[in-house]
Amino acid sequence: MKIVVTVKRVPDPYAKISPNADGTDIAREGLQWAINPFDEIALEEAIRLKEAGKATEIVAVSIGGDECQEQLRTALAMGADRALLVQTAERLEPLSVVHILTRIYQREQPQLILMGKQAIDTDDNQVGQMLAALLDLPQATFASKITLENGVATVQRETDAGIETIRIPLPAVITADLRLNEPRYVALTGIIRARSKPLEVLTPAELGINPHARVRLVAVERPPARQAGKRVQDVKELVRLLKEEARVI
Amino acid sequence: MKILVIAETDGAKVSEKSLPAIAFAQQVAGENFTILAIGHNLSGIDSLTRYGAQSVWVAEEARLAKPLAERYAPVVVQAVQHLGADLVVATTSTFSRDLLARVAGLLNAPMLSDIISFAVRDGHVVVKRPIYSANLIGTFEAEGTPLVLTVRGPAWGKPRSVETSSPVQPLSVPAELSTRSEWLSLEGSAGGRPDLTQARVVVSGGRPLKDAETFEKYIGKLADVLGGAVGATRAAVDAGIAPNELQVGQTGKTVAPELYIAVAISGSVQHLAGMKDSRVIVAINIDPEAPIFQVADYGLVADLYEVVPPLIEELKQARSS
Repeated sequence: MKIVVTVKRVPDPYAKISPNADGTDIAREGLQWAINPFDEIALEEAIRLKEAGKATEIVAVSIGGDECQEQLRTALAMGADRALLVQTAERLEPLSVVHILTRIYQREQPQLILMGKQAIDTDDNQVGQMLAALLDLPQATFASKITLENGVATVQRETDAGIETIRIPLPAVITADLRLNEPRYVALTGIIRARSKPLEVLTPAELGINPHARVRLVAVERPPARQAGKRVQDVKELVRLLKEEARVI
Repeated sequence: MKILVIAETDGAKVSEKSLPAIAFAQQVAGENFTILAIGHNLSGIDSLTRYGAQSVWVAEEARLAKPLAERYAPVVVQAVQHLGADLVVATTSTFSRDLLARVAGLLNAPMLSDIISFAVRDGHVVVKRPIYSANLIGTFEAEGTPLVLTVRGPAWGKPRSVETSSPVQPLSVPAELSTRSEWLSLEGSAGGRPDLTQARVVVSGGRPLKDAETFEKYIGKLADVLGGAVGATRAAVDAGIAPNELQVGQTGKTVAPELYIAVAISGSVQHLAGMKDSRVIVAINIDPEAPIFQVADYGLVADLYEVVPPLIEELKQARSS
């Protein structure tokens, strides 16, 4: 069974992100970059499925500039078997990303597409669901546990109401939530082995896709700051202020 | 603009979470909006008829008894086409994120998630929405319709009621509905307390609460005396002190109650993203330098174990007097 995993290049999740000078984008100077943490969890799950004998091949796919090769090499070092970069300098909206991924699906014919539930840059949380729709596949979003048996996935999902369990036949799209697993650290042997694994570079045009932007990011700003209030001395003063000043109790 | 509002349901009951999306529709379209509720033997349809919608459409069938996106999405798409909707809208939640992005895929329509403002300029829709874990606000322009939106609850509030009641009409369900996805179970743990995202008061606790029993003894009790819901930080959830669905923050839930009490929570950017729209914020923390104090209206520098029990007693008295 083949698994395709998406690998998006995003700023390091612990980096302080600021608007650039003219407020049209984020300031990119000096930023460290990483695999989107939710994609990293999806990749870890794929590797565990392979280690458990449930999967035979893992293909990591990234879409973006040449620099995404860095994250794909990390994915190969973690345990992906080969990597695909769809190279484009354009900033693509979720729908364009999905159009490219449908072609990757047709080319690779995986049984499972695993990806993060969202990327931590634009926080859209759309690509997995849109991809499942366009490929007419079942979907299981926000997965916190995945069990594969006889071509059927039983998935626990983190919903607002609690843990929901659903069952979907493969092929399918599953998106990973935070608590699906804890990704492994990359071992030195993995890094060395990754150098000899195949990394293929394609363009959207070679896949027959000509992205057309219908959504554009035009400005980036900081949210309005909340003012710090007052310090209270004790519980009595707190309760009095909540009652008489804030009038919330 | 014609708007189709997708009411949130669990398949059996309409949720109050639908209200901010209805408030959005009123603000953007006046009365030019229709509400769609999907499920089986749905209760709470009346709660959707008070806000001036032209119609409340109800699609009901045994195959729709549980909220599976694969089954609900074609029903939404049919309603979008039937109405000729320009905007398809729901309040941000795991229900709407799961369903509406699939709808957008089926419609091959762009989607904007979790918007906090909306305008139309030169024929373009212009929205603002939090990005980078709510550290920044992005302004996005979108062209063409239909456009799919989820709206951030706290930014849109409650809709206003009108005198006349909207007509309720049944909507036929597409004959071919894939039943590949099967719903098996739901394990909730609200324990009789109000829904976290709907509650008027939320009391949240952090990692220093030690274990589930201590968490319940201090945070749960404090919430109960105020009739509130219980929340937790990601660190508390990861440590197994509180269940996943109580997590407040960018990777958990966004809440904006009248009163938010943060107990032993330092105030990471990630956590603040989920609660800083609350009307009144109280912080109790032993560390006077904790970032939570920068957003708190009332800060008490103290050990939670020393102040929470007397706080519970004081609140009991204050509420009975």
